[in-house]
Formats: sequence, C-alpha cells, structure tokens
Amino acid sequence: MTSVAVTVNGARLVTDIEPRESLADFLRERCRLTATHLGCEQGACGACTVLVDGRVTRSCLRLAIMCDGKSVQTLEGFADDRIMEVVRRHFHACHALQCGFCTPGMLVTARDILLRLPSPEAQAVRHELSGQICRCTGYANIITAIVAAGQELRRGNGG
Amino acid sequence: MAVIAGGQSLIPLLNLRIAQPDLLVDVGGLEELKETGETAEGLRIGALTTHSDIEDGKLPDLFGGLMQHVASGISYRAIRNYGTIGGSVALADPAADWPVCLIALGANVRIATRNGTRSEPVSDFVRGQYTTSLEKDEIILGFDLKRPQAPLRWGSSKVARKSGAFASSIAIVVEPGNGGPAAVALAAAGPRACLLPAVAKQVSSGASSDDMLRAAIAQDLAALVPEADSYSRRLHASTLLRAVRDMRSR
Repeated sequence: MTSVAVTVNGARLVTDIEPRESLADFLRERCRLTATHLGCEQGACGACTVLVDGRVTRSCLRLAIMCDGKSVQTLEGFADDRIMEVVRRHFHACHALQCGFCTPGMLVTARDILLRLPSPEAQAVRHELSGQICRCTGYANIITAIVAAGQELRRGNGG
Repeated sequence: MAVIAGGQSLIPLLNLRIAQPDLLVDVGGLEELKETGETAEGLRIGALTTHSDIEDGKLPDLFGGLMQHVASGISYRAIRNYGTIGGSVALADPAADWPVCLIALGANVRIATRNGTRSEPVSDFVRGQYTTSLEKDEIILGFDLKRPQAPLRWGSSKVARKSGAFASSIAIVVEPGNGGPAAVALAAAGPRACLLPAVAKQVSSGASSDDMLRAAIAQDLAALVPEADSYSRRLHASTLLRAVRDMRSR
C-alpha cells in the first residue's frame, strides 16, 4: 500500500491505496462516488469519464497513484456548476437518457465540448461525442440536448 | 519492467491482462522529457507532449498545421489529454498516427541511454510491429524535426472503421514549397509505417496524373507489402491519392 493525496470534488483526501488501483475503482470503492460508471474498462465506452486537473479523462485508464497531488472532479462535484446546470436541464427536457448508464460520462463530456467549442453545430457534437457509447442508442436526443445547451449558454453570455 | 507515460495504450493492455509487467515505472515527472520548443535547426518535442497539447497549438508550428491536424484525429479528446507522442512512437503500433507523421517529416528520435544520449531517424527506430530499436535500459527523450527550407505543403488521408479507432490506412504527403523533394508515408499497410519512394518521385514531378500516381503506388506497394490483398491495395491506393489531392487543393 502507498499513500496518496488527492483532491476529490474539492475535498482533500489522504489515503493508502494499492499502486495497481485504477482511478475509477478508487472513486467508486474507496470514495463511494458511484456516479462514475464502469462499462468496458478499456477506454472505449467513455462511461467513466471524469476531470483530472480540469481535463477530461477516462478514469479506467488512469491509476489512482498517478493522480497524487492532483484534483479529480466526478459528476457529483458538478452540483453547483453553472454550465452543468444548463446541460443537465436540457438532457432532462430533450429526454437525452434512457437507462442512464452512459449519462455520467455523457454529461462530463458534454460540458467539456461546450467549454472548448462554444455553441457547436450538431455535426461537431456528433464528432466530439464519438468516444461516448450509449447502448440504448439514444444519440439523437443527446446531441439535441447538447446543441440546445450550447445555444442557451451563448445567449447567456450575450453572444 | 514497463515504462508508463500517459498510459492510454498500456493501461488497456494491463486491464485486459495482455501486458503483465512485474514493475511499472511512471516517467510522467521527468522534466527532461518535457523539453519542447524551437531550436537553431527546427523543433524539439519532448516525449511527454500530449496529443491535445499539439492539437491546441501549444507547440510552435513549423509545418503548416500538419501536426495539429494529425493530433486532432487521434482517438478521443479524453485519450488525447493524456496520450503522449513519445508513448505512441515507443509502442510502434503499425496503424498509429505519430510514427507515420514523423517519418514523413524526416524526424529524429532522441534517446537516453545508460551512458548519455543517442539519436536516429524515426524511420530506422521503428523496426516492425510493436518493435523498436529501444534497449531495455533506454527511454525516449523526444524528437527533433528540421525546419523546412520553405513553407511546407502537406496533405493527408485516414480511413478508420470507427471514429477514434486505430486506422486501416493513413497516408501523409509533404513537400517543401520551394520545389524540394516530396515525402510520402503510409501506415497500417505493413508491420511499420514506411516511405513510398516511387510515389514521392511522381509527386515531386509536379503535374503527375492519377494514372501515373496509381502506377507508382502499385510499384511501391508491391515492393513494401507484397502480401497485401486486393482490398488492402485499393484502400491504400485511395488514401494515397486522396492525400496527394488534399495537398494540391490546399
């Protein structure tokens, strides 16, 4: 066991972990933050997407020990986030989830898309979202929701 | 022992128990692997430079946007945020994006050895499928690229069955704007990315027709990947022709 200090959703956590432990397992099993879902555990499905130091990453493709000294944000950490509030509301309004398994990764990725590409067209969203798999194949509504969220955010910013 | 940088290829292999190293060494904190910037000769890129650093234009652009274009086409943003250019070349997947790009640009790889450093062209460094000249006690420091004599013209084409997946074919064509010799590189055809000399000669000649290019492509493919089936030959011919057209249309 090795000691790590990680900030998770703003709270500093110092704990002993196995060096082999993935960030996803660390978040779910040790931190009990179960919004982060594990689908494929090989980087293909995107359900486990979280932020590390503000950048989207697959938590199944990081070892927790590599996050020593870093700041991790899971879906639970976006409760008061202005952009996520807009995204969440449009996901609700557009029925952009069915079973909901992929939704945490979709939301975290949607927020990242809207930060990098303000008010994107559907085509750009489709491309950027190609690393997130929805096995209910609810993509059409997810894309509609993200486009709508981008438009609202642009209006809100006076653009 | 395995070296881990971004881990975006290695950790899936660990998760699937395909790779089972008894020791994993994280080089992510080594400052020597982050040395990046313009040099007297051109551009030095640290091995730990991520795909998204390049995508976001954090490197000086000496190659008319080619590297940014290549970076933005690698996998997904979440992978690009951690995957590194050094890791891509060290893994030497035959369908990877960086080896073919660096070979087209004539880049050298800089390697830390037990007694110092050594350097060799990426085209020599990559020996075959997942095989490089790297010894057990060596790691990649980064890459050195020469500044083109005149603004670079380039074209590229990539076919992947699914966006973000490793490609079935990648072709990259570069040509210095002053009429210097072109370079044409192809990935996912054989065990490693390679240069296509006959196609490059046709491209350099300026006004070669599709038929002349097709003949040169057939000649290079017969020499480099004689075992390729007819689908593969047509696929690679398509990406090569598209890359040439892409360059001519820019």
